[in-house]
Amino acid sequence: MHAVVAIKQVPDTSNVRINPETGTLIREGVPVVINPYDIHAVEMAVRLKEQFGGKVTVITMGPPKAAESLVECVEQGVDRAILVSDRKFGAADTLATSYVLARTIEAILEEEQVDLLLFGKQAIDGDTAQVGPGVATRLEVPLISYATVVESFDPVARTAVIHRKIEQGVEVVETRLPALLTVEKEIAPVKRAPLANLINAASYKPEFWTAETPVQFDPTQIGIKGSPTIVGKAGTPPPREAGEVVTVAEKGLQETTAHVLSLIKQAGVLPGQRPSGGTQ
Amino acid sequence: MSEETTTTAPRIWVFIEQEEGKPHPVSWELLGAAGQLAADLDGVVEGVLLGHQVGDIPSEAFLYGAKRVYVIDDPVLEIYRNLPYAVGVSKLVKQYTPEIFLVGATTLGRDLASSIATRVKTGLTADSTELAIDPQKKILAATRPTFGGNLMATILCRKHRPQMATVRPRVLTMPEPLASAEGEVIHESLDMTEEEVPVKQVRFIPGEEKFNIEYADVIVAGGKGVGGPDGFKLLEELANALGGVVGASRPVIDAGWVGIDHQVGQTGKTVRPKLYIAAGISGAVQHTVGMNGSDFIVAINSDPNAPIFQMADVSIVGDLYEVIPEMIKQVKGGQHAE
Repeated sequence: MHAVVAIKQVPDTSNVRINPETGTLIREGVPVVINPYDIHAVEMAVRLKEQFGGKVTVITMGPPKAAESLVECVEQGVDRAILVSDRKFGAADTLATSYVLARTIEAILEEEQVDLLLFGKQAIDGDTAQVGPGVATRLEVPLISYATVVESFDPVARTAVIHRKIEQGVEVVETRLPALLTVEKEIAPVKRAPLANLINAASYKPEFWTAETPVQFDPTQIGIKGSPTIVGKAGTPPPREAGEVVTVAEKGLQETTAHVLSLIKQAGVLPGQRPSGGTQ
Repeated sequence: MSEETTTTAPRIWVFIEQEEGKPHPVSWELLGAAGQLAADLDGVVEGVLLGHQVGDIPSEAFLYGAKRVYVIDDPVLEIYRNLPYAVGVSKLVKQYTPEIFLVGATTLGRDLASSIATRVKTGLTADSTELAIDPQKKILAATRPTFGGNLMATILCRKHRPQMATVRPRVLTMPEPLASAEGEVIHESLDMTEEEVPVKQVRFIPGEEKFNIEYADVIVAGGKGVGGPDGFKLLEELANALGGVVGASRPVIDAGWVGIDHQVGQTGKTVRPKLYIAAGISGAVQHTVGMNGSDFIVAINSDPNAPIFQMADVSIVGDLYEVIPEMIKQVKGGQHAE
C-alpha cells in the first residue's frame, strides 16, 4: 500500500492580524502550522500503512521553511517527504498549484505504484478547496471530496468504500483505486507519535525538488505565468455600524429585555411580521 | 448551427444545481446577480442544467432571468458524481465559450467548479461575497474573504475565459421571480456511459437534523460564553419561541456542544436571517464573516468590550443566563411578539 499525502504549511489564521492602514497581513511573529485538515490526511495514510503495510509519501509546495512541517509528518509516521520549492513557483494560484502537485505525483508514479492520494478538504488560509479537486482532474483519478470515513480499503482488488459528507447527509461511495480523497478532520483522530518515529524524524532531511530538477516543470504553467487569477486589491471587511448598547446592571433585567424586544419588533424582523421600515 | 450559438453578446452562465429534480435556491440567487453583470456587459444570462428528468426546471429558471438553458438530461447524471458532471459541463463551456460562469459554493458546486476550471484551464474565485464588473477593464471583479475572513481580496481573471466564481448560498439576495417569462431550451448529449464512471453510490445516510440554517429567518446563536451544552437548550427554547433555529460559533462545535450543522462562519455556513441573536459570542471575524449580512443583530455578552458589540444593532451587556430566560418569558407572554 502506498499513499501520497499533499500538505500545506499555513499561517495560523486565528492569530492573523491586519495592518489597518495598508490592509495587508502582518506576517511577522505569526506562527506557521500544518493546515489542520492535512494533519488528519497524514494520519489516515499512516493508519492504512499500519493495517496493510507499505509506505506513506508526503509532498508540499512551499518556501524552504515548509521543510519543518514535512519533518513533523515524519514524526507522525510518514516514510518519505518531498519539498517542491522554488522562487519560480511564487504567487501561484490554485490552477498553477494543482499543476505542480499533479506533476510531482506523476513523477512519483513513474517510480512506483500509488494506491491513494490524500488532501485536506481545504487550507485555512485560502479556504478555496480547489487544489485537491484540481489535482484529481489533472491526474484523471476519481475524486472523493469531504471524505469522513474509509469504510473498506482493498489494495489488491484496488477498490475502496468511502463516506463523504454532503449537505443532505452522508453519501457512501465505492471507488476504484487510485482515488483522491479530500478529507474532513473526522477521517482519523491524531494519535501521539511513537518514540521510534521521533527518533527517525530527528535526523530526517526531506528531499528538495526545484522547478528544474529532478523534474522539469513547464515554466508556462507555474508561478504567476501559470496563474489565470490575480489579486486586484485587498482590504479589511467593511465595518457594520454599532447600534445602541443597553446594560442590564443599569437598566434592570425586565426593562432591558422589554426595550430590546421592542426594538426587534420595530425593525420588523420577526416571522409573520411586516417590516415597518428602517432596516431593509 | 442555429443563430443563437453565433451570437456575439457575452454569455453570463449560471450552473443550475438540482438534486432529485429539486433546484437549489442558490441557483436563482446567482441568476439575479448574473442579470446585473449582464446589464453592465450587454450580455445575455443563460443557465446550465444537468441531471435526469429535470424537464420542469428550465421554465422556473426563465422566471429568474435566464434567457436560455442548456440541458444535458441523462440517466448517468441521476445523482451527482464529479466526473460525468465535470465532463458534461466542460463540453458545454468549450462549445459555447461563456464570458462568465457562476456556480453555487455548495459541497456539490465547489467539487464541480474546481474540476471544470481545471479542465478548461481558467481562473476560479471561491466563495465570492461580491460580484461586479470592473468599469475600465470590463472584466469580473470577484471579492472574497481570505485568511480566515481577516482580509477581503478582489480577484481578477484577465485573459482566461470563462471567468469563474462560486458564491455561497445566502450571500446574494434572492431576486423576485417574474410572473411569466419565455426562454429557449437547448438539449445537448453527455456522450458518457455508466461503465466509464469510476465511482458508484452504494448507499445514502440522510442527515439526522432536518433543518436548513442557511435559509432560516431567525437564528439564536451561542458561543463559548454559553459555557456548555445545557445552555444550548435555553437558546433552543428562545429559538422555538421566535420561530427560529439555533446557530453556533466554531469553538462550540469543536467542544461538541451542538452538531456541525449549526455552525455559522468562515468554516461553517453563511446566513442572512432577518434576526440574529448572538449570545456569548465574542465576535471573532471568523464568525462574523458568516452572519454580517443579517438584517438585525442583537448581541448579548457580559463583556462590555466584546467585538460583537461593534457590529450589533442592539447590544445587551449582561449575563445571558438572566437575559435569555427573561426574553423567553416576555416573548411567550406575548408582551412584544404578535
